[in-house]
Amino acid sequence: MATRTIRVDMIARVEGEGALDLHIREGKVTRAELRIFEPPRLFEALLRGRDFREAPDITARICGICPVAYQMSAVHAMEQAMGVEVGGPIRDLRRLLYCGEWIESHALHIVMLHAPDFLGFPDAIAMARQHGDAVRGGLLLKKAGNGLMRLLGGREIHPINVKVGGFYRVPDRAEFASVEEELKRARHFAVQLLRWVAGFTFPAFERDYEFVALRHASAYPFNEGRIVSNRGIDIAAADYAIVFEERHVAHSTALQAVIKGRGSYLVGPLARYNLNFDRLPPDIQALAREAGLGPVCRNPFQSIVVRAVEVIYACDEALRLIAAYEPPAAPAIAVEPRAAIGHACTEAPRGILYHRYEITADGSIREARIVPPTSQNQKSIEEDLRVVATRDIALPDEELRDRCEQAIRNYDPCISCSAHFLKLGVHRR
Amino acid sequence: MTAIADGIRVIGIGNGDRGDDGIGPLIAERLRASAPSDVSVLIRRGDALALIDDWRGADSAILVDAAAPMTAPGVIHRIDLIADVVPSELSLASTHAFGISQAVGLAYTLGLLPRHLILYAVEGASFAPGAAVTPEVAGAAGPAARRILDEIESLRRIEVEVEADA
Repeated sequence: MATRTIRVDMIARVEGEGALDLHIREGKVTRAELRIFEPPRLFEALLRGRDFREAPDITARICGICPVAYQMSAVHAMEQAMGVEVGGPIRDLRRLLYCGEWIESHALHIVMLHAPDFLGFPDAIAMARQHGDAVRGGLLLKKAGNGLMRLLGGREIHPINVKVGGFYRVPDRAEFASVEEELKRARHFAVQLLRWVAGFTFPAFERDYEFVALRHASAYPFNEGRIVSNRGIDIAAADYAIVFEERHVAHSTALQAVIKGRGSYLVGPLARYNLNFDRLPPDIQALAREAGLGPVCRNPFQSIVVRAVEVIYACDEALRLIAAYEPPAAPAIAVEPRAAIGHACTEAPRGILYHRYEITADGSIREARIVPPTSQNQKSIEEDLRVVATRDIALPDEELRDRCEQAIRNYDPCISCSAHFLKLGVHRR
Repeated sequence: MTAIADGIRVIGIGNGDRGDDGIGPLIAERLRASAPSDVSVLIRRGDALALIDDWRGADSAILVDAAAPMTAPGVIHRIDLIADVVPSELSLASTHAFGISQAVGLAYTLGLLPRHLILYAVEGASFAPGAAVTPEVAGAAGPAARRILDEIESLRRIEVEVEADA
């Protein structure tokens, strides 16, 4: 009996620690598993008993790449619980902060993590020898995103300036000057980046996904909107648990989310784009078409192109918001606690991030539930792997493994962030 | 003041809320108080790729970071990231995709390295969330800062010699 086992013990160029197991028996893929073996960090449990105002700072620590998403879902859920609606300049500043995170996160993924797959390089350093301009541009974009996050969030990693009701401090108009200049330069490069990635060769691969994303009445979604899908889901965030459920699987410390009665679904840039193409400004729609995208894209390998479209959008939206900015009368509105349940869903770079909190009358968190995008995409990733591996089964093991890793990186999975310190192994004579 | 005077940058890397991971910023704070006023001191929390921007424009940069336990807590290692062969093991033990060695490799490829790039790494003992730097590792802050001040002087002398030769 011919049995092949392809195993990647540590998937490279993803955020977090995961592994891939592919089992092939007699020419058929029998198992394709994305193993997430990072120990659970129990954030939901440690939120219990904490004050509702602490949630944005605690949940920001879940991820160093997308802390803004955690902060935004937390503050919106808390405000919904307390019956408060934040609008005007504070709403705009939140959108602006999210633009910074999208630019920073997408630029990192496109140039440093994903592009080497398409160009046949082992990593971005090797790629930089032949594509130095693209890598320099990626760094410039990342810097522009970081600049926005530093200005509005206080620092680029785990921002500390977001609070329930608004911000601790808001900038005045003059403080945007250097960020604005940087964003203009970054926007110019973002268009070049889109044209660069549009020229890659993409495997012919499409699946009939159920795409799930937010949809807002007028804007491409960041913080607000209903949860919709291409198969009829159209719900408020408060109804998330009616439609979706999380399941334990033996091979992963992350829960896998599914649509009840249907199964896997896909969140992230591809879903956002497909469900909100009409919310993109006409000039960006035109750039997307020029890059070979229609209003709907079902090829996950082209998610790199969609990310590049979203980078341009985030640059433009940031510049629009900065141009229109008038500081609010106060950096935040007062939010008083009450016994309530709050829900929110916002669009992290990798897809929808759902938070639910049950709050007691004194403002303590009784229960917390957090569903990150990667746990929602996990099942879809495994299904992609099964199809990719079946289709490319004739490839030698190493090439098949590379192709599978590329398929995982289509999702920019953010498995987690953890402590930072150097692993130093120097042998001195 | 020489031409190099504003060309030396010290970058302390680490998270002050993760035990001995905070040793880099702790040393950087000391140097902020004791280094010549024309030496710029930055504190960063660990975005290794952003280091390329942090050292841009500097003639010399000195990175100060925590190292994983290897021999004994508080032992100070010095690595010349340009002259020495950078050990492949020199990477962030975190799950982020990029560490210092990748940032150096990328900057080298793109021609964005400073002329001198020195790493001082202090071996840690505990990286517990919410904890302060342990006393035995904090005890290395003074000696490390003194060595870095000597390094700064040495870098100034090199630059003066280079200018004289030119």
